[in-house]
Amino acid sequence: MDAVARPRISHGPLPSFTDVLRSELCKLRSVRSTYWTLVAAVVCNVGLAALGAIFVPGQLSGHEKETVDPIRLSLGGIHLSQVAFAVLGVLVISSEYSTGMIRTTLSAVPQRRRVLAAKAAVFTVTALVVGMLASFAAYFVFQAFLSDDSLRSSLGDPGVLRAVAGGGLFLTVLGLFGLGLGAIIGGSADAIAAVLGLLLVPPIVAQLMPSSWSDTIGPYLPMHAGSQIFALRHEAGMLGAWSGFAVFCAYAVVTLGAGFVLINRRDA
Amino acid sequence: MIEATGLTKRYGATLAVDDLSFTVPPGQVTGFLGPNGAGKSTTMRMILGLDAPTAGSVTVNGRPYAEYRRPLHEVGALLDARAVHGGRSAYDHLLCLALSNGIGRARVDHVLAQVGLHTVAGKRSGGFSLGMAQRLGTAAALLGDPRVLMFDEPVNGLDPEGVLWIRSLVKSLAAEGRTVFLSSHLMSEMAITADRLVIIGNGRLIRETTVEDFLGSGSDNFVRVRSPRGDVLTTLLEEQGAVVVRQPDDTLSITGSSCDTVGELARANGLTLQELSAHQPTLEQRYMELTRDSVGYHTADGTELTPVER
Repeated sequence: MDAVARPRISHGPLPSFTDVLRSELCKLRSVRSTYWTLVAAVVCNVGLAALGAIFVPGQLSGHEKETVDPIRLSLGGIHLSQVAFAVLGVLVISSEYSTGMIRTTLSAVPQRRRVLAAKAAVFTVTALVVGMLASFAAYFVFQAFLSDDSLRSSLGDPGVLRAVAGGGLFLTVLGLFGLGLGAIIGGSADAIAAVLGLLLVPPIVAQLMPSSWSDTIGPYLPMHAGSQIFALRHEAGMLGAWSGFAVFCAYAVVTLGAGFVLINRRDA
Repeated sequence: MIEATGLTKRYGATLAVDDLSFTVPPGQVTGFLGPNGAGKSTTMRMILGLDAPTAGSVTVNGRPYAEYRRPLHEVGALLDARAVHGGRSAYDHLLCLALSNGIGRARVDHVLAQVGLHTVAGKRSGGFSLGMAQRLGTAAALLGDPRVLMFDEPVNGLDPEGVLWIRSLVKSLAAEGRTVFLSSHLMSEMAITADRLVIIGNGRLIRETTVEDFLGSGSDNFVRVRSPRGDVLTTLLEEQGAVVVRQPDDTLSITGSSCDTVGELARANGLTLQELSAHQPTLEQRYMELTRDSVGYHTADGTELTPVER
């Protein structure tokens, strides 16, 4: 090794963002937690879709069959798979803070926002692919197992394609919300508690409030706003599919934005 | 070359590093010495741009670390061997790092072989012993074939074989012309490994010196002589300004002179010497003397409590 007489390549004009992307993809695919969270998400989605298709129609009255949201029903597994996506989003960054790996990472790439951007990009693509897969698989499995034609739908029906794809979008943006919180909070346990808490607790609290309050803020809660994108029929007072999704995206954007600010300010 | 100028880090009311200036030149092993909690790790994190200095600055080969686009080619650092994702294999850990700096897979294989981990490259690092984790951290530091290397307490927790390995690696890296900066609180290790010393206590620079000068500079260096004509020798030495103390065992302890002088004086005057030896305190003794006032925590019997390292 000739340490001294060697061309220096370390301060080239444009560092490659592709290198950081490849590094982050390597990290994501080289730990088991990625696989088990994603597999668990797909299994939950598909499993609950099958169970819902087999058992629910027989329990519904004629009126309920008219009013129930068949897409929401087929995507019922999202209530479980959302946990997996939120946790994976958090772990993408907070597993580095928890283990101390973040110091190695930031020593290799001192441009910290590049690291966070690469993490978000790699996670977005992965989550979109798996989220869409989980969502469409659940939809088709639900259709296949349906014992009753009254809940049957086709992707060509108005709003159905949007709602099924919406399941994948919801899971992806939820994961990004987790990633943002992970970047803000740091430690895995705290960040997972925060993302699940913010998702699941506010709807319960809202129910305890006077209805004039809960009617006002209810539609804007992350869970309520975000879930409109995978609903075919919207409950009264809730936001529309895309306006709700826009609000949900805003949560992710705000937390990620705060993460971008904090990661440069904080000692690693 | 690492150059720190007025480096200061304050955590709330605590000054972890206080106006620290020093230079780590290439081609030598520079030991970074100080009691636990003296600010060694904080200083190393500031060198790597992980912690922002409250005041002052530090450069590596003339530039702040954060300006390097592919810093692994410039600086390799092992700060904490356990700071890896335990679920990732040794190979994947190094590959992920390598990719971020445009380093190829062949180099990953090379450093794995260099540290002797090639047979366990596919194993998850969470199951590694501390010695293996240190080797993995060292492999990461060597990935970019950097000109500057930093190791924070590299021999902590290593078995004798691991200690020997680190020691010879560090020396060979310096012999290749690289800058090597090595922190430790183990004096005996420093005495063997380091050429230069940067000694800190309570975040402040106490001494920046060579190991040789540091050991030779003490007032407690003396020459020990045994001679049947001790009285004559005493007179001759005192005429030259040396201070001679006759010990109960009839030897002479001479300060302010040297073995060469005493030997020459004895020969010129035909005096028989039965013993002539130079006595130097160990690095540990010199260091304890120097840092007595700056050690953060003492127990009643004078031994040191270990504050929690960040």
